[in-house]
Parts: sequence; C-alpha cells; structure tokens
Amino acid sequence: MGDNIVGIEYNRVTNASSTDFPGHSSSEDNSWDIEKFKDQFDIQISYITERTANFDLVNIDTSISNAFRRIMIAEVPSVAAEAVYMFMNTSVIQDEVLAHRIGLIPLKIDPDLLNWVDKTQDENERYTEENTVVLSLDVVCSKNTHAPKNSTNPKELYKNAHVYAKDLKFEPQGNQAERFKNSPVVASDPDILLAKLRPGQEISLRAHCVLGIGSDHAKFSPVATASYRLMPVIDIKEPIKGSSAKRFQKCFPSGVIAINNNGEAYVKDARKDTVSREVLRHDEFDGKVKLGRKRDHFIFNVESTGAMSPEEIFFKSVRVLKNKAQYLRNCPISQ
Amino acid sequence: MAPKRKLVKLEAESDEAFQELLQPEYKGKKLTDEINTAEDKWNLLPAFLKVKGLVKQHLDSFNYFVDVDLKKIINANELVLSDVDPEFYLKYLDIRVGHKSSSGPEVREVIMPPHECRLRDLTYSAPIYVDVEYTRGRKIIMHKDLEIGRMPIMLRSNKCILDGIDEKKMARYDECPLDPGGYFVVNGTEKVILVQEQLSKNRIIVEADEKKNIVQASVTSSTHERKSKTYVITKNDKIYLKHNSISEDIPIVIVLKAAGITSDLEILQLVCGADPQYQDLFVVNFEEAAKLEIFTQQQALNYVGRRVKTIRRAGAPKLSQLQEGIEAIATTIIAHITVSDLQFREKALYIATMARRVVMTMHNPKMVDDRDYVGNKRLELAGQLMSLLFEDLFKKFNSDFKANIDKILKKPSRTSEFDALLSINIHSNNITQGLNRAISTGNWSLKRFKMERAGVTHVLSRLSYISALGMMTRISSQFEKSRKVSGPRALQPSQFGMLCTSDTPEGEACGLVKNLALMTHITTDDEEAPIKKLCYVLGCENILGIDSATLHSDGNFGIYLNGTLIGTNRFPSKFVSDFRRLRRTGKISEFVSIYTNTHQTAVHIATDGGRICRPLILVQNNRPKVNAEHLRKLLNGEWAFDDFLAHGLVEYLDVNEENDSLIALYEADMEDTDSAFTHLEIEPFTVLGAVAGLIPYPHHNQSPRNTYQCAMGKQAIGAIAYNQFRRIDTLLYFMVYPQQPMVKTKTIELIDYDKLPAGQNATVAVMSYSGYDIEDALVLNKASVDRGFGRCQVVRKNTIQLKRYPNHTKDVVSGMRVDEDGQPIFEHQALGPDGLGEIGARVVNSQVYVNKSVPTNAGESVLGHNEQTPSIESHRETPAYYKGPEPSYVDQVMMSVSDNDQALIKVLLRQTRRPELGDKFSSRHGQKGVCGIIVQQEDLPFNDDGISPDIIMNPHGFPSRMTVGKMIELISGKAGVLNGSLEYGTCFGGSKLEDMSKILVDKGFSYSGKDMLYSGITGECLQAYIFFGPIYYQKLKHMVLDKMHARARGPRAVLTRQPTEGRSRDGGLRLGEMERDCVIAYGASQLLLERLMISSDAFEVDICNKCGLMGYHSWCTTCKSSENIIRMTIPYAAKLLFQELLSMNIAPRLKLGDIF
Repeated sequence: MGDNIVGIEYNRVTNASSTDFPGHSSSEDNSWDIEKFKDQFDIQISYITERTANFDLVNIDTSISNAFRRIMIAEVPSVAAEAVYMFMNTSVIQDEVLAHRIGLIPLKIDPDLLNWVDKTQDENERYTEENTVVLSLDVVCSKNTHAPKNSTNPKELYKNAHVYAKDLKFEPQGNQAERFKNSPVVASDPDILLAKLRPGQEISLRAHCVLGIGSDHAKFSPVATASYRLMPVIDIKEPIKGSSAKRFQKCFPSGVIAINNNGEAYVKDARKDTVSREVLRHDEFDGKVKLGRKRDHFIFNVESTGAMSPEEIFFKSVRVLKNKAQYLRNCPISQ
Repeated sequence: MAPKRKLVKLEAESDEAFQELLQPEYKGKKLTDEINTAEDKWNLLPAFLKVKGLVKQHLDSFNYFVDVDLKKIINANELVLSDVDPEFYLKYLDIRVGHKSSSGPEVREVIMPPHECRLRDLTYSAPIYVDVEYTRGRKIIMHKDLEIGRMPIMLRSNKCILDGIDEKKMARYDECPLDPGGYFVVNGTEKVILVQEQLSKNRIIVEADEKKNIVQASVTSSTHERKSKTYVITKNDKIYLKHNSISEDIPIVIVLKAAGITSDLEILQLVCGADPQYQDLFVVNFEEAAKLEIFTQQQALNYVGRRVKTIRRAGAPKLSQLQEGIEAIATTIIAHITVSDLQFREKALYIATMARRVVMTMHNPKMVDDRDYVGNKRLELAGQLMSLLFEDLFKKFNSDFKANIDKILKKPSRTSEFDALLSINIHSNNITQGLNRAISTGNWSLKRFKMERAGVTHVLSRLSYISALGMMTRISSQFEKSRKVSGPRALQPSQFGMLCTSDTPEGEACGLVKNLALMTHITTDDEEAPIKKLCYVLGCENILGIDSATLHSDGNFGIYLNGTLIGTNRFPSKFVSDFRRLRRTGKISEFVSIYTNTHQTAVHIATDGGRICRPLILVQNNRPKVNAEHLRKLLNGEWAFDDFLAHGLVEYLDVNEENDSLIALYEADMEDTDSAFTHLEIEPFTVLGAVAGLIPYPHHNQSPRNTYQCAMGKQAIGAIAYNQFRRIDTLLYFMVYPQQPMVKTKTIELIDYDKLPAGQNATVAVMSYSGYDIEDALVLNKASVDRGFGRCQVVRKNTIQLKRYPNHTKDVVSGMRVDEDGQPIFEHQALGPDGLGEIGARVVNSQVYVNKSVPTNAGESVLGHNEQTPSIESHRETPAYYKGPEPSYVDQVMMSVSDNDQALIKVLLRQTRRPELGDKFSSRHGQKGVCGIIVQQEDLPFNDDGISPDIIMNPHGFPSRMTVGKMIELISGKAGVLNGSLEYGTCFGGSKLEDMSKILVDKGFSYSGKDMLYSGITGECLQAYIFFGPIYYQKLKHMVLDKMHARARGPRAVLTRQPTEGRSRDGGLRLGEMERDCVIAYGASQLLLERLMISSDAFEVDICNKCGLMGYHSWCTTCKSSENIIRMTIPYAAKLLFQELLSMNIAPRLKLGDIF
C-alpha cells in the first residue's frame, strides 16, 4: 500500500492523485482484484433521514466515488414540469418566469412510474399518459370580507394572495389515478412561493411534467447536491501540552481535539474537522502537527430534493454506472 | 453572547425608508446604547439627505424659478403700452403656476399625473396664470387668473402633484416612491436639464501669459438685459481696457479719467496705494494719457466716445461723441454695476480694482487666479435656464401682444369697445410651445444674449435605477471636448467633497463631465442689499465715503460683496467672525459665504447662486460642537438636520470658505495638536458620489478601476423602479431575480440601491478552468443558469399611429386573416380578432403584431370628392412585422389618443433571456468579462460542503488591475454568508478584514478565504487552495443576441450596388483595406477578385476598345458602331465612377489588352 494520505500544507495540497494503478511502478502489481476489493471495501452509514444521507465509502478509488457523485447530480432521472400551458395569467409575474419557477419545483413523483418521452415524435403525440403527469394551477384572488380591521397583511386581506407549490393539483390522465394511487403527486415542498396575487388577478395553467436528467436541466436533478469530502487526518508529531494545548484545541472545531488528564492534546474525532488549516498559521505548532486527508475514504453527503429517498438516489447512481459499464463492455471497441 | 450584527430581514419592509435609517441599529446599536460621537455623527448624512435628497439642487432651482424668479421677470416686464393709444396700458400684477388666485399656493390644481403623460406622449405641465390690470375705454379693469400658457413641471418640485404625498398615494399615481424626480416629461419622454458648469459671472479673473508677458484681468458681466466681457490687459507693460464694443484698447488712465477720477494722484492711490513697487510699475500709464493730452473727464469721455462701435437701431437719435462716451462708461463697460445719476465712482473703483489686480500680478506672477479652481465656477441649473427661456418667450409674447393691439387700435372706428384680453389669448400657445420645444430638443436659443446652445437637455436614461440617479447628479462643462488641454480635465484639489473623485466618463469627455458628491448643495440667488446693509452695520466703511489715500493703506481690508468692492475694514478677522456668528444664529441665510483673502487683503462675501457647498460640523477649541446629546435627539427624531443648522452646530461652507478653514477628517486628528481646527467632516465617504458609492472597499482599489465601475454600474441590468412593469419605454431591461449585495455600503442604503438592485451575489472561484477563461472571460455554471442566475428580460416598445387624413379617411386596424380551416394564417398567429397582438402571444420573426391598414386614397384631395360619394373605403395592409432572431411575447398593448387627436397604439414586446456565451458581466470593481463557456455543474470544482461556484474567474485578472477591494469584498461576503449578516464595504470604513477573517475561522474556514476544492472531473483534490466566495456580479446590457450578425446574400445599396453596411440593415461583413493588403501580399488574386468584385458589385459592361468608353447593347454610342465592343465584368462602383467623371467633362478611356 502506498501513501494514501493527501498532504494538507500551508499553501498547497500534496499527493493529491492516487498511484495504485497497474503499471505505475514496477515493484507493485496493483491490478484490480474483486476479492481484495470485497475484502477491503466498507460502507459506514452515519445517518439517513428522509432528505439527507451521510455515509462513508472506504477503500474505493476516487474515480468510482466521483462517478457516483456526478451521476447523482446529472444522470439519475427525475420528474419536473417541462411544458406549461397558460390559459390565464393576469398576475404581475410574467408567463416565462412563472413557468420557470414551476419547472424548478421538486415533485414527489416516482420516476419509475413514467416512461421516457420520445422526442422524435410529433409534438402533438409526444405526451401520453405513460410519460406525462399533468398538474393544474387555478387560483383567483379575491378580497377577504372577513379580514380583521386595520390589517395590512395581504394574506389576511385577500384570499389566495400567495400562490404556493401546494396549489398545484394533480390531474390524473387515463389510468394514472390507479397508477399513482399509493403515491399521490404533490410538490415535495408545499410552501414554495410561486406568485403573489391581488384581487381580480388570476392564474390558470396546466403543467406537463416529464422525465429528465440533471445534465439537461438542473430542475431534473434529484439532489440539491450530492458531494463528498475526504476523511481528515490530524497527526500530532510532538506532544502539545498545557496552555499550548488549549490554543491548539481552539484551532479546530469543537470536538476534534480533546485534552487528556496529562494536559496533552490528542485527536478525539478527526471526522468533525473542517480542515480550516488554522493550526498551520501559528508558528507555535510548526512541525508539531501534520494535516492530511485519506484519499480513499469518502464522506458522502446526499441531499435529496424530495422525490426519492437519498439512498434510492445513490442506488440508482450505482445502477446507472453499472449500465454504463455494461454498455461499454458490449461496445465493439476492441476490434 | 447576543448576536452583534443585524440579521437579514426575510421580508422586506416597504414602510418609510428613512424611518428605518433613522433608527439605526448600525453595528447592533440600539437607541439605548451609548452614543459615540466619532462613530455616530454619520447619522447626520441620512438626516441631510432626508431634507435635501439627491436631486434637491434641481428641485430647489426649479422651485426658486417658479416661486421667485417668475415674479421678478413679471416685475421687470410689467407694462405693455401702445404706440397708438397713449391712454392704453396693461400691467401684470402677479404670476402663478398651477393654482388660481382664489386658492392658496398649497391647493394645487389637478393636473394630469406624470405617468399618464409618459404613456400618452403628453407633456406634464401646469397652467401659468397672471393677474392683469388694463384699460378698456376709460375704465381700469382687473382681470385675475388669465392663463397665458402651460409650464412643464419638474417632477417632485413643489408644483408637482407628487410633492409631499405618501407611498400609498404614489402607488395610486403609478409612481415609484424611490424615483428621485428632478426631470420633466415632455411629449412622453423624460428629459433632464443637466447642470452646466461655468466660470463665475461678475467676478474678476486674473490670468497671465508669461511667455508673451501679458497679464489680463477679465470680468464677465451678466445682467438680465445683456452679457458682456470687459478686460484690463497689459500691452508692453502698459495697462489698457478692452471691450468688444470699443474698437480700440483704451489706456487705463483715460478710462479712469472718463469715469470721473481726473487726478493722477488719486488714480495712483486707487490702483497702487502707497506701495512704491506698484507705483513704479504703474506710473508709465500716465505718460500715455499726458501724450494724448487728456486731462479732464470730458476729454477722456470724448476719447472713449470716438472709439465706440455704434450699432444703433433705426430711428434712434444720433448721439454726440461725449454722449457715446458717457453711455459706454455707464452701461456697456462692466455692465453689472449700475450707474445712476452719472455717479461713476463705484464703477471707477471697480476698474481701479481690476487694474490693481493686474499690477499685483505684474509684480508677482503668482497672484493669478486659477480658472479650474472650483471656487471660481458656478453651476447653472434647470431653474436658471428655464428662467432665461421664459423671459425671452414672455418678452416675445408681450411684443406680439403689443403689435396686435396696435393693429386694432389703429383702426379708426370700432364697433365695440376694445378689450385687450380678446387679443391676448391668441398668442397663448407661443409660451407653451416654446417651452416644450426647447426642452424636448435641447436647443436653447435666446435672442437677447444671442445665445444658441444645443444639447442642454438629455433623455433620462432608464437602464437601471442607478443610471437614472447618476444622470441627475451629472454636471457638464462648457469646455470644448476636442481641445487638448489637461487643466479643466484634471482632478482639482478643491473638488474635495464637492464633486465625485471617481465618477467621470472615459474618453473625450473625461474630466469635463463630473458628478456631484453625496452631501452637496447648490445655492440659489440670495438678496444682496440686506447683506450690504449688514456689512456697514458690522463696521465696514462705505466705499463712497473713503478717501482714496486710505483705501489701500496697510491693514485695511477691502470688503467685496459678490466681487464688487463695497467698503473697507481695518479688523477683518473680527468682521468675519461677527458675520459668521450672525450666519450661524440664522440671522442671515446659511448659504452666504464669507472668507478672507490675505494675498489680496480682501474679505469676500458671496450670495450668488450656483456655488457648490456642503455641510460640516463646527469645531470649538478642537472639540466638535455636536455631542452625544444632539445625536440622541437626532436618533429619537426630535431633531432634524435643520435643527443642527439652527443651533449653529453644523454649517454650510462653499469652496472658497472651505479653503479659509482647517477641517479635520476625524475627531482623533484634532487631539494633541497646536493647530486650531474650525470644522470636522461629517463622514469622509461623502467625497464620493452616488454611483461611486456602490463600490465596496473602493479605498483599496486602483483609482481608474473605480472610474470604470462608475461607467459600468450605469449599464447593469436590474430593477428600474417600483413601477417598472407599468412603464412603456422604447427599451427597458429588467433582471428577473435581482439581489441586494452581500457587501453593502452606507451609500447603498442611503440611495436605496438595496431596494432596487442591479446584480446578483455569485459564488466565485478564482482559478483557471478549461482555457475558455482567457482575456477576462468567465466560466458560468450551467445549473446556476438553469436556476435563474443572470436571467433578464428585454422589453421593447413599438408605436403605431393611426392617422387621419384630410379627406376624412383614416387608418384602421383590421382583424386577422384565416385559412380554409378557420385557423389564422402564419403571419397572423399572434393576433386577436381585433387585429392587435394578444397579450401573452408569442411573436416570431415576420409575424404581425398590429395589422394596420391605410386607405388607398389617402392622398386624394378633399375637394375632388363629393360628400355624396363616400367612396367605398379600400384599404391597403401595412402591418407591423416583428423582426428578430428570437421570438418575443406580447407584454402590453396600450391604445390611447395623443395630443393631436390621433389614435396611438403602443405594443410592448418582451423577451426573457438566460445568459449565453458572449454575454457581458462585471463585478463592482471595473472588472468586466464575457461568458466564455457554460459548464455542467458536475464538472465544476466543489468544496467540502458540496458547493460549486456560479462563476469561475481567471486569477490573471488581479495582478495588473490591483483591485484589492474585490478580494476583500469576497472575504467579507463569505463571512456575511456564514454569519447571516450583511457586511459593509463603505469607503474609508466598512467591516474590517481582521474581523471577517475571524468569522471565517470561527465557522471552520481558512482565514484567507481560500478553500480546498475537489476537481469535478477527476474527483481529486486540487493542488492549490482556491479563493472562493460570493462577489456581487452585474449583468451588463451588452448581450450577444443584440449583436450577432451574419449574412450570405442580402440587400445592396442602391447607388453603388454594394452590400449594405451595418447589422440593422442586414449588411455584409466588409473585407477592408488592411484585409485586402493581406490578400494581395499573399498573392491570392482570385480570392481578391471574388471578395472585391464577384461577391460584391460585379457588373457587365460593354466597352468600346476603340474609344475606350462604355456603350450598351453591344453598341458604342460614341463611335456609332458595334465593331470593337468587348464585354467584360467590372465593379459597379467603377462604372459609376467613370460615369461621374464623364458628367464633369473628364473622359476616362479604358484600354484593353491581353496580359496572358
């Protein structure tokens, strides 16, 4: 095993690339071995909630984990409004802007329930009940006759003064009522403000939501973001004691460094470190500490927009990567 | 620990903007907190702006014009008499704008609201009423409220309906409460009268040309009647007086003798005093007068009279030489000093003073005046220009009126009694139209002064809120732009605090167009007489009572009021301090300035208008007079800015008085020093103007960068006004999601830029990426663009007028045409049944948005047709086609009737644009760049939190530009983002870098603002730390979509048959001379032939090889034969040249031969 620690120095990062690939050095083989991988690879899950997942992938190459990250952002399909048909819009917000806002609303639609839209087909036949979900937005603002006196709050003065994402209503087409029985189509965040209205103003529209991928438009990305960071490593070379240890502790976020009974600083939890490199600024600790990050330990953080659970997104990214590999394998490139 | 910083308020409060400012929790300060005078004195600035506002100079000047100046003009021209009937007179008693005599001035007549005028192409104006008294027969009749015309009203002036109304009412008028006003709406366009900078009038300016050994003192006299310039000039060390209406320079001694000072000794005393050196320099002048044998006043007057250029009007009696001389001395020379009863002494003293200044400068060349010194300049504002114009029009009105009544009165017998009012109304349009025309064209032509000035008014730029605001503070200089002199363009030290040091355009108008600083006031004229009286009371000896020997005696200071010597005083410092004390107690106007000039041993008092001045805190014993108690009162709202003035804590200084003071920048400067400070700055960042005030940390930037930003801030797309969606302007740009900057300045809050911002806070990574970022190009994140970054809207107005023709036909809008299926044809898809574009409809290239038709017989005369045959109306379609590479959407359609009863249709077309390659962006530090590539989010670098940048900026932009302010903005912005606070980058202040770094470290980031990033492509760590954080970016109006152009074939010019020029005419791309040279040098002759002829204007001609001239149809008309005709191709332009030469009797003959 080569050195798998990325060096964090005062003004540069060293040893950023891995070298454990075949042909890099004559002394080592480094050819990939599934058994070895199975043996070493590890997943540690910190927490998974409805919207976020935090887990570690350990002993995996950068290229693979980066591929997961990239696929989660750009290639895992999800559903978003693609075409908006305006019947009436007398609000101050322009049609294009309103359509853009509706497009960006994350929708709670299981992408597996829809097919891909065939872009080669004629526009009038392109959208079917198999590939399109129709949402409608019909709001009319009117004066609230029961508004409290002296109120200046538009929410009290008028009915439907604010139009929210929750006002988008699912309009089942064909057998969709049946298909979406268990998972009603709603916006995953109901309180996204779409527009503000005043009495007499009206919005009436139909939004056609289809499958898409994040590289086509950010609205199709199933994640708010998916990214990773490398596991921090703090290596105390010389013991740091007394008041110096207190100062040393302050250079890190709380919980990273603890002081033992001897008044000596020790690394309690390097995972909590944000690697602010503050410690490198102080001459006091010059040479006493070495910062680094484990090159093959990825702390993933996946934030879902709400359509799918974060773990599902990750699994889908694995599937996409697998399909790509499959496709490559079947490609007649080695002729 | 309680959070020390003000948290970002999620919901914007629309309430009174100043209310918020006056309850500053600046740096978490509450009303109960201790008040630190050094830090909190800045609160005087919002208080100042509350009473003054940014465009107060325009409003004050206009208010002064309508309230005071108009009455003065009426009084000066009050009588209209008749040459025919000596009994007749008409006298103007009073004049009012906008209200009748029955109601008080506070009750304004209801006039059409300004926004309706903008939409309907009308003029926002109010009626001008006069009260007159005139004779009808034997009776004297009073007539009140006679309308003589309409006056365009400056928005937000005291005659405007928007004056003093609250935000709610403002909304009812469709007006933006943040709009500064100060402009006019004439024929639907907003027009600004720019502030004009001039050399001050009625003041002596001494200049010297050391090479030619010439010293000259000049004074431009300006009165209501005339403008003239008088010089006192040296020629061969002798002093002469020069004036345009005198044909020859007159020796100064003769002039003084003509003005009644006949004694040589007295002349010597008046000019030189007792100084022997001055006397030596001056004494030669007596020789000349003696040689000419001029000793008495009469001889001198005759001498002058002989040399007067007489331009007498026909009918005027011829004057004798003596009379001419008297007339010249009394009225033409130094015209602003009035002479009554032939008492020339004042004028003589004035001339002597000029001569004295010349002698002083001859003795010591350093005594010259600086033309570029701001104290020697006056600013001419809208009110003054309007008053010149109005007086001219009013005089014309009266003379027309007089001619009219003379014509009627001449008639021997009249059936009814003559009523003058019947003929007054005929001309009432002259004043209205004269005012309208002048403001809408910008041509100020005044017959009285032979003044012909073009480009006085400009269309208010509504590109963004800042561009409109910047225009209102702009000052244009009268200097020619072409002249290559550096003096007027250079930054003058005396501009400090008065004119913005950064905001000036680049290029030819550099330094000539300036902008007012934030805390300035421009004075209006004040009454001179009471000040004069006051001076005498304060111990000034009247000049007429002083004997010439003591006038210039040692320790005797001359007191000058508006440049004229009115007396002397032996104790100038006491005089000046007494005078100032009176001013500080409010006994005299706070804008009257007084200062001592020790070089000239003079005390100058100025009451005239157009001086720039600014408020400063008074200092006593090196302690500021404003203390914590005063500031507490200000914060409580007990006191306003005027209370500080009234209590003598703050006073206005003009440039001249400022230079007679010792002003401390900070309170700390006054400690432990021997100098006695007189004033303290209110806030140092007021050296900058409104536009430069947007820049965060400008004191860390290289100065030209701030100037570049001032030019670019006006091109930024953002919010324009609260009523922006109600406006129908020729071209408007809106940003879809504008944000207030993370790093604000106090100026930003004061001018409400945070309410109408123009830009977005972009997360910037300063690093190299992809190579598509060279030469300042930016890399944009596609996901950010998808989510609305840099999205903007462009709305364009299209006006269609439906004309009525004399033969009772008129243009009509016809409905859409449909095909067999009942669907509208392609061109009419955007139309509704009424033939107008439907709101929200998409219009693509070559579709119609208004289907107008004109009658085919519109040109036919009215007489030819009989009433009985109302000819079957036939119309020809002349629809308005949409032209453009991208479709637009119909935003608004307005139908109205304009002034001349013609129907007016305005169609507003809207485009929403997302940023694309080539669109221009800029930060607030003069760092512009175009978008070079738009990159997928997953390819971009990301940090530990998974944040990827919106913009990647190449680090090569920094070293040569030295915009350190931008780096500090990034760090402050980053700290603000992490902390949930808005940071300040105010000039000479703002959030400190150390504090910001501290926040970064506390939040787990590097103190330097540099983060470790991972490459989005490989997933590995980048080997360098990347400077990463938010910077406020502006999208500029230059967008690729408006500029892209290409053509294969297309239109050609009629005359030359060459392709047309320019994008707007779908022109060709020119292969110019230099490109041609390259092709020649390369030897690609066939390419040359193709580019210059075949693809351009190839033309087949028949050339006769015998005579060498051109024929046609294989026939030479010269030789009458077809024998030698050769057909060949030449450029049409060449053929044209030959024919043009022929037409001027030059025969170009072609000789053809084979070369190969």
